[in-house]
Amino acid sequence: MYKYDDLDQAFVNERVAEYRDQTRRFLAGELTEDEFKAVRLRNGLYIQRHAPMLRIAVPYGLLSSRQLRKLAYVARHYDRGVGHFTTRTNLQLNWPKLEQVPDILEHLAAVQMHSIQTSGNCIRNVTADHMAGIARDEVDDPRPYCEIIRQWSTHHPEFTYLPRKFKICVTGSPEDRAASETHDIGLHLKRDATGQIGFEVFVGGGLGRTPILAKSIREFLPLPDLLGYLEAILRVYNRQGRRDNIHKARIKILVKAVGVERFRELVETEWQAARDFAPRLEASEVDRMRAHFTPHPYETLQNVDAVAGREPEFQAWYRYNTREHKISGYRAVFISLKRHGENPGDITSDQMDAVADLADRVSFGEIRVSHNQNLLFGDVRQDDLFRVWQELRALGLATPNIGTLTDMIACPGLDFCSLANAGTLNVAKQIQQRFDDLDYLYDLGDIEIKMSGCMNACGHHHVGHIGILGVDKHGEEWYQITLGGSVNGFSALGEVIGPSVPLSEVASTVERIVEVYRAERQDGERFIDMVRRVGIKPFKERAYATHSAAA
Amino acid sequence: MRRILRRHEVVADEWRLFGEEVSDGDPVIVPLAELRKNPQTWLGRKGRLGVRLTPAESVESLSDLLTKVALVAIEFPNVGDGRGFSYGRLLRDRLHFKGELRAVGGGVKQDKIFLLARCGFESFELPPGEKEDEALAAFRRYDVVYQPAEPFDGIRRQRFFV
Repeated sequence: MYKYDDLDQAFVNERVAEYRDQTRRFLAGELTEDEFKAVRLRNGLYIQRHAPMLRIAVPYGLLSSRQLRKLAYVARHYDRGVGHFTTRTNLQLNWPKLEQVPDILEHLAAVQMHSIQTSGNCIRNVTADHMAGIARDEVDDPRPYCEIIRQWSTHHPEFTYLPRKFKICVTGSPEDRAASETHDIGLHLKRDATGQIGFEVFVGGGLGRTPILAKSIREFLPLPDLLGYLEAILRVYNRQGRRDNIHKARIKILVKAVGVERFRELVETEWQAARDFAPRLEASEVDRMRAHFTPHPYETLQNVDAVAGREPEFQAWYRYNTREHKISGYRAVFISLKRHGENPGDITSDQMDAVADLADRVSFGEIRVSHNQNLLFGDVRQDDLFRVWQELRALGLATPNIGTLTDMIACPGLDFCSLANAGTLNVAKQIQQRFDDLDYLYDLGDIEIKMSGCMNACGHHHVGHIGILGVDKHGEEWYQITLGGSVNGFSALGEVIGPSVPLSEVASTVERIVEVYRAERQDGERFIDMVRRVGIKPFKERAYATHSAAA
Repeated sequence: MRRILRRHEVVADEWRLFGEEVSDGDPVIVPLAELRKNPQTWLGRKGRLGVRLTPAESVESLSDLLTKVALVAIEFPNVGDGRGFSYGRLLRDRLHFKGELRAVGGGVKQDKIFLLARCGFESFELPPGEKEDEALAAFRRYDVVYQPAEPFDGIRRQRFFV
C-alpha cells in the first residue's frame, strides 16, 4: 500500500497545525460559526444532533493493521469505543469533542492518516473497488491512480471552494463493484488497441434529491492526460455550476441542464485551451505510485477444497463471505459488519484491534473497507480459512450474510444525523429480526437493501434492489419503498411502489415483497432479475394489499 | 489610507476606488460595468487604471482591456464562492496578465490566502475583522504542495508539474 514520503508527511503535519490554530481561533471567538464551518468541514468535522461527528478518510478503502489499531485507539480514547464505516469507506466517530479534534488528527497523522476533505464543497475521498488488485477480471489495479488523484486533489489551489461536494471513483474491472456511476466522476480503467492504459470518463452521477447515473463523456482518456482532463471538468463546473441553490449545485444538475453533448463540448474546449498549463502525469511518477502497490509475496499454492468435511456453518460462511482471488491458493474474506442486532457498518475498538492482529497473521497486515460497509482481508491462504472463520466468529464478525438481504446498507439516520427525517437503525434491527433464519435468507439469494434516513441518500436507497427512504410525516417516521434499483453491471434507479408505511410496517412490507418473489420466481432467477422481468406491478398489488386494507 | 496585503507585506494602498474622491493622476479601480459604460472617461484619463470583476462576469470579457489596465480586482463576495480561484489562474496562465491581481470582498479570509496566492493573486484587501499579522502568517502555513500553480516563495517541494 502507499507509504507517505516526506512531502506527504510534512503536508498532513502542517494541516494539523493549521487546524489546531483554526480551532483555537474559533474557541476564542475570533472565527464566526460560518467561517469556522467552512474550515472544520474541510477537515471532516460536522456538528451533529448530539455532538460533533468526525469523518476520517480511508483513501480507496485501504488500511494497514497499524492504522486500524490507531483508529481503535482514537475511538476508545476520544469516543465511546465504536466507529462507523460509511458507504464511502470512511470511518465516522459520533462523539468526539470539538476541542480534542486537533489531538485526534495528530494521532492520525502519526500513522499517515487524516480527515482532510471528507466533507465540505471540495473534492472528497476518492474510492475504488474493494477487490482492487486481487480480482481476476481486472484490467489494471485502480489504486495507484486513486492515490495520484488523492494527492492532486488535496488542498487544490483552484478547486477547494466548489459549488458543492465532488466525489471521484476509479474502477479497474468490467464488473463495477464500487457504484462508480453514482459519482460526480467515475473513471473506468481501459486499454486501447495498442495496450496503453487510459480511462473511460463518466460525469454527473449522484443520488440525493435528484438521483442521476453518470454519463460517459470520453471513451478513452490516455493516462498522461488524467489530471489535466479532471481539471478541465472541474474548471467548467467551478465556473458554471449553480451556487444559488444548494439542492441544485452538484455537477449532475449542470450536466442535465446543458445536456451531456454540450457538456462534453465545454470540457473538450476547456481541455484544449488548458493543455499548456495543465499538470502532466509523468511516467516516472506513475511508476513510483505503482511500485507502492506491487503484489504481496504470495506463495505458490494449489487451490484446495477448504470446505470438505467441515461443519455446515463454515460451509455457509465460505460460500457467502469469501470471494475468488486471482492467485491460486488464496481467497478474499469479508468481515461482516452486519451482525444481526448491530448497526450496519459499526465496529468496536476491541474488534478493530483483534482484526488488525488477525490481518498481521493471515493477510499481509492489510484490511480493506467495502462501500457496502463491510471489511475484507484481501489475501488469505485457503488453508487458513477455517481458523480465520473460527477467530472471526469468536469476535462476532462472521455472520454469513454477505450479499444477502441482511447485508444492508444504512446511514446513521435520525439517531445521530441532524439532517435525517427518520431512524434507520431501528428499521435495520427490525428487518434483521424478521429475517434471522439463515436458511430462509439463503433461499432468497442476492437481495440488496439500501436505506437512507432522508433524501440526501447517504444510504444509496435509490440503487437498492429494495430501497427504503425515511420521511417525516407530521412528526412521525414513515418509510417509502422502491424496487429495482441497482448499480452493479445494470445500473438503474428504483421505482416507488406505493405510499409510505409506518415504522412498525417496514419489515412486514419487505417480507410481503420477498414472498411475491418466492412465489413468482423462475428457476434460479435472482430477485433483481425478476423485478426487471415483471416490473413493480405484482409487488405493488400484493405487498400493499394487507396494508391498504388495514389503513 | 486603506491598508492591504501585497505579497508578504502589509502596505498602504495607493489605489482609489470608484466612488471615492479621485484626483487627477490617482490610480483608480473601476467596476467592469462602469468601465464598459464610460470607456472614454476611464481609458482617456491620466493615471493608472484597475478593473473590478464580480464572480458572475466572465474573465474572458476582459481580454481587450488587459493591456490597458495595471490591476484586476476579483471579488469574493462570501466564504463559499470559489469562482475567482479559476479566474486568477485563467488571467495568469491563459490570458497572460502580468499586472497586479487583487482579491477583494467579504470572502477574502486568511484561511484562503495561501490558495489564492497559488492561483496568482498577489494583493489582498482584507475584510473588517481579519487580523493582518495572522493573514501574513497564512502565507507560511505550508511549505509543501502537490499541484503545479503560481510560483511561490517558501515552497520547498511540490509533486506534479506542468
